[in-house]
Amino acid sequence: MELNNIEKLLEHYFDGNLNSADEKQLRDYFASPNVAQHLKQYQPLFGYFEEAKQQQFTRKVALPTKKQNKVKWLSIAATVVVLIGASLYLYTNNVKVQDEGFGTYDNPEIAFQETQKALQLLSTNVNVGIESVKYVNEYQQSKNLIFK
Amino acid sequence: MVSFVTNLKLPRLDYISSNQAVSKINQKMNQNEFIQLVNPFKDKVFRLAKRLLVSAEEAEDATQEVLIKLWNKNENLNSYSSIEAFAMTMTKNFCLDVLKSKRASNLSIVHNNFVANEASLLQKIEDKDSLNWVEKIINKLPEQQKLIIQMRDIEQYEFDEIAKIMDMNETAIRVALSRARKTIREFMIKTNNYGIE
Repeated sequence: MELNNIEKLLEHYFDGNLNSADEKQLRDYFASPNVAQHLKQYQPLFGYFEEAKQQQFTRKVALPTKKQNKVKWLSIAATVVVLIGASLYLYTNNVKVQDEGFGTYDNPEIAFQETQKALQLLSTNVNVGIESVKYVNEYQQSKNLIFK
Repeated sequence: MVSFVTNLKLPRLDYISSNQAVSKINQKMNQNEFIQLVNPFKDKVFRLAKRLLVSAEEAEDATQEVLIKLWNKNENLNSYSSIEAFAMTMTKNFCLDVLKSKRASNLSIVHNNFVANEASLLQKIEDKDSLNWVEKIINKLPEQQKLIIQMRDIEQYEFDEIAKIMDMNETAIRVALSRARKTIREFMIKTNNYGIE
């Protein structure tokens, strides 16, 4: 390549008047090993341009999906369904418990027997409770013996 | 008179959406198609952002932001004749906004704040030295000149493309480019002489 030509190109380069093809010619010249001594000072400039072009964007971009909206609505709907289901279940269960709670008897005699049975059960349980209170009495007595 | 008429600028056809692009309007892209679309220029977006923001990390954030903005425009994207030019414009505006808000929020943009943590710092310092100071000189230029140098000398865009991205006319671009290159040359000669003396 003619040195004269390169010098002229360089001149135009700094005036911002080169087309792309000529700029490429310049870059190629400065990338080659035989750059004239007095032009060597410009070599780092073109070397830098070449190097700067190698940088790459390496991060992986996470694009927000448009489906997110749908998912949001779906989850809200699911929550509502679960809540309604749960409350319905509890409600019907409570009604059942109320129904079973009060047994009735048509025959007064059987009703009397059942009532007696129930009272008996109550009293035996109360007696069990009273028996344990007796221990407390025992403690009271022995305490009285000691601390007069 | 005749020559005057022929010199009139006609609207550039390549900027008007082609039929193919029109037919694709309102057609949603899926993620893969989008990645394919931005792949050819995402590095350029990153490098432009890095030129302005200096730190690689900040530039990555900016690139991500720009790509997500593009993605959100999805349906309308094909109506732009050159998505790459559009992306570069977005990047330029976004980074300038970032810098502006930095200045406003009292955080001084000292070089130390932005040291890119790259391996090159220590090992390659010897052979990269001369290239490094070219970078330093470019980083001292005004933002507009930085952008133009980046797009012309590094990405090798045509002048009309740069004019479009910068929203300036070609003559103004050439003037700014010349000013930037001459500033770099001045610094280089100074540095060179300093080395010799």
